[in-house]
Amino acid sequence: MHYEYAIEGGNFSKAGLASSEVKKKLRQLNVDNQVVKRVVVALYEAEVNIVAHAYNGTMNVEIDEEKILLVLQDSGPGIPDIEKAMEEGYSTASPEVREMGFGAGMGLSNIKKNVDHLDISSEIGKGTRVEMITYINRGR
Amino acid sequence: MKVSELVNNLGLKVYSGESGIDKEVEGGYVSDLLSDVMGNADTGMAWITLQTHKNVMAIASLKDLACVILVKGLEPDPDMAAQSDKEGIPVLGTSGQAFEITGKLYEMIKK
Ligand SMILES: Nc1ncnc2c1ncn2[C@@H]1O[C@H](COP(=O)(O)OP(=O)(O)O)[C@@H](O)[C@H]1O
Ligand SMILES: [Mg+2]
Repeated sequence: MHYEYAIEGGNFSKAGLASSEVKKKLRQLNVDNQVVKRVVVALYEAEVNIVAHAYNGTMNVEIDEEKILLVLQDSGPGIPDIEKAMEEGYSTASPEVREMGFGAGMGLSNIKKNVDHLDISSEIGKGTRVEMITYINRGR
Repeated sequence: MKVSELVNNLGLKVYSGESGIDKEVEGGYVSDLLSDVMGNADTGMAWITLQTHKNVMAIASLKDLACVILVKGLEPDPDMAAQSDKEGIPVLGTSGQAFEITGKLYEMIKK
């Protein structure tokens, strides 16, 4: 099964909508609740990163018997130093965004903790691609 | 314990999301950082915060939280209240500080 959602950069009033749609689908497909919970954390953080840091993007979700593949691709400034961005507490979020409680610099580490495989690639001035895989039956 | 018991015992205001008043509260989490809640809160928790915008409800819904409790007399923004009604997740309020309400809630829940 494959789903695609568009994500608008800068539009915080819609942040989380795509993740919420995917959560509904996973529930309908009877995916294990623990798996759904982990995927939702990672997905939301990746979605919010496009809203907070990029111009626009897409969320692609591919579900089969074995795994859930999530790919978030954006047009945006890109990430100059991915290793640094992964550090907990590192954030370039604006003061306004921080005031809302975003920009704690915990997003990427939340993602890392909640998926089985994470691959981030980025091109400065072009955009960022975040690929995540979660295996459905592992640890049951 | 149900959200309604929490409202009655702690004298909380109910701003929105009344349809979720029978939800079970299984714990609580206190934070104003959204990623902290996303990463560490769990199903059925009451979320105590001073954030009053719509994104709070997105997180409450994604995490299946029982309710949100706003501190210091803060009221939800209109779009937060509307989202709370839509999701059926109550937004409650207290005039007290997070410290006070957290202590009381902890005493009630640990029993
Ligand atoms: N899609 C993205 N495009 C550009 N920069 C990003 C993107 N995702 C993350 N970043 C960069 O990585 C940093 C850390 O991200 P994260 O851990 O999610 O924390 P936060 O979003 O709270 O700042 C961000 O502040 C930003 O500089
Ligand atoms: Mg982030």
